[in-house]
Amino acid sequence: MSATTGQAASDAAVTKKRQSARTPASRPARRSLGRHNLHGWLFSAPFLVLFGVFMLFPIVATLLMSFTDFGARNVTHPGDANFIGVDNYTQLFQDDTFLTALFNTAYFVVAGVPLTIVLGLLVALLLNNGIDRARTFFRIGFYAPVVTTIVAVAVVWRFVLDPSDGLIAGLCSALGVHTPDLLGSRTWAMPALIAMAVWRNMGTVMVLFIAGLQAIPTEVREAARLDGAGAFQELRRITVPLLRPTLLYATVITTIGYLNVFEEPFVMTQGGPTNATLTVSLNMYQQGFNFFHMGYASAMAYVLFVVIMGITVLQLRLMKDNTR
Amino acid sequence: MSAPTAPAPNHRPREAALRKPLLYLIACAGLLVMATPFLWMALSAFKTKKDLTASPPVWIPSHWTLGNFTELLDQLDMPRFFLNSLIVAVLVTVCNLLFCSMLGYALAKLRFSGRSKIFGVVLAALMVPGNLMVLPLYVLMNQMGLIDTYAGLVLPFAASAFGVFLMRQFMQGVPDELLEAARMDGAGEWYIFFRIVLPLVKPALATLTIFTFLGSWNNFIWPLIATNDPGKYTLPVALATFANDPNRTVAGGNGMLMAGSLLVVVPVLLVFAVLQRHFTQGIATAGLK
Repeated sequence: MSATTGQAASDAAVTKKRQSARTPASRPARRSLGRHNLHGWLFSAPFLVLFGVFMLFPIVATLLMSFTDFGARNVTHPGDANFIGVDNYTQLFQDDTFLTALFNTAYFVVAGVPLTIVLGLLVALLLNNGIDRARTFFRIGFYAPVVTTIVAVAVVWRFVLDPSDGLIAGLCSALGVHTPDLLGSRTWAMPALIAMAVWRNMGTVMVLFIAGLQAIPTEVREAARLDGAGAFQELRRITVPLLRPTLLYATVITTIGYLNVFEEPFVMTQGGPTNATLTVSLNMYQQGFNFFHMGYASAMAYVLFVVIMGITVLQLRLMKDNTR
Repeated sequence: MSAPTAPAPNHRPREAALRKPLLYLIACAGLLVMATPFLWMALSAFKTKKDLTASPPVWIPSHWTLGNFTELLDQLDMPRFFLNSLIVAVLVTVCNLLFCSMLGYALAKLRFSGRSKIFGVVLAALMVPGNLMVLPLYVLMNQMGLIDTYAGLVLPFAASAFGVFLMRQFMQGVPDELLEAARMDGAGEWYIFFRIVLPLVKPALATLTIFTFLGSWNNFIWPLIATNDPGKYTLPVALATFANDPNRTVAGGNGMLMAGSLLVVVPVLLVFAVLQRHFTQGIATAGLK
C-alpha cells in the first residue's frame, strides 16, 4: 500500500509544482488560492466525515478491541471491556479451528488466484485476437457472473452440486459414473468452492486483460511477426511482458478478494464438513456475531489484515516492472 | 464464419482458414459452461417437483409451472425484501454520486493545501477490506440505535474511495480554461460544479451509478449483520437465511430456491445487458491509471 500511496502522492506533488510554476504569485492569484482552499475543504467535507466515522474510527476501534475481552455484554456497554494485552493473539495461534481456517483460506487463494488469472488471460486473448465477430456478445456472456448476486449464485451452485437431485450428479449417473457428495466431502468441498469462485471472477480479469491488450500498439505485434515470431513466442515475449502492469493489478485485486472469501462457504457449506471450508472471514463472523467473542474476532480481523497487506506489498515488489 | 481477411504474412492461408472456426468453437463451448448454472436456475424455477428430482436430470420442464413462485411468495415476503434492497441501493447511489463527485472535483480541479494528503487517504481507503470494520461498526450502530434501519444500511456505504478515484480520473479531462472562463464571469464554485462540471462527466456518473447500485444490491455481509428484524432484510439476506433454514420444507425446496434466485438475479442481468458498455469502461479506467 505504502508504495502506491507514496507514488501517487509524489505525482500529485509534481503536478502541484508545475501548476504553481505556471501562475505567477500575483495578488489576484493569491486571493483565488484562498478561495480554492476554502472550497477544496468544503467539497471534501462529506467524504471525510463519512470516512472518519465509518472507516477510520472502526479501523482503530478494531485494533483496540483486539486487546480486550470484548463480549456480548459490551455491545451495550463498550467502556466496560477489560484490557487483556495480547492474550487474544496468543490464543489465536493455539486455536486449531483458526489455524484450519487460515490453512483453508491459503488453499483457496493459492489454487484459486492462478486459475482465475490464467483462464481470464486465455479468454481475453481468445476474444481479443482469436475471433473478430460477436465480440461484445461473448464478452457479456463471460462477464455476466461477475455482476450477479453472489448469494443467489451460491444457492444455484449448491443445487447444481446437490448429491441427489443436482445437475452434476444426475449427468454422471446417466453416464454410469458415481460421483461423491461434492459439498459433503472433506476432499472435494474446497475444490468445488474454488471452481465456483473462478467461474464468478474470471470475467473481471478478462475485462482488465482486454483493456491491456488493446493498449499494445499493433506495430509491436507486426514487427514481431515480420521477425518470424510464432504465435506462442509472440505471447511469451511480447504480449505477457507488455501486460505486466495489468497482470500485477489483476493479481493483487483477485488475491485481496479471495483472502476475504465469505459468502461462498457461508451459503454453500456453512464452513463444513467438519471445518473443511471454514475460512478466516467466516470464522471471524461466527466468533463475532454468533458467540459475540468480539475481542477475539477483532484479533482475527487484524491478523487477516496484516496478511493481506503483507501479501499485497510482496506482490507489488516481486512483480514490479523491472524492464523500465 | 471465417471472414476472408488478409492473413498475417507468415500464416499459411489454409492453416488460418482452419483456425478461425476452431477458435469460435472453443469460445462457444466456454460460453456454454459459463451459462450452464444460469440456464439450470432459470429452467428449474419452472419445473414441477417430479421434474426437479428426476434422474437423469430433465433440462426442459415437462410441465411449465409457476408453483415454485407462488409457494415462495407464500413463505417469504419477497416484495418487502425487494423494496428494502431497492430503497437501500437508491439511497447509497444518490449519496455516492454527490459525495464522490464533490471530492473528485476538489482533487482534480481545486488547488488547496492538503489535497495530496486527502488523495493519499482515498488511495489507502481503496485497499482496506470491509471485514476490518464490521465488528466495531455493529457496536457503533447499536449505540446509535441504527440496527434494523435504512440509515444503518446506507451510511457505511454512502461514499466510496473507488467512486472518488473514478470521478477524479474523469474530471481531470475537463479543460481548466473552461472553469477559468466561468470564474472570470463571476460564477461561484458550486455553480461551476453543478452546472458545468457535472454535465460534462455524465458518462462517469453513469458508470458510477451502475457500479454503486449493483454493489449495494449484491452486498451481503453488512446487511446480514445490521438487520435482525426480517422486515428489514434485503434480498440476499432473505435468500441466504431461507436457504440455510433447517425447517424449510425439503421436498420441492430447490424449486423455490431457484425461483428466489431468479427473482434476485434477473433485474441485475437486465441492467447489465442494457448498460454493459459502462461496465467495461469503468473497470478499465479504474485499472489502468
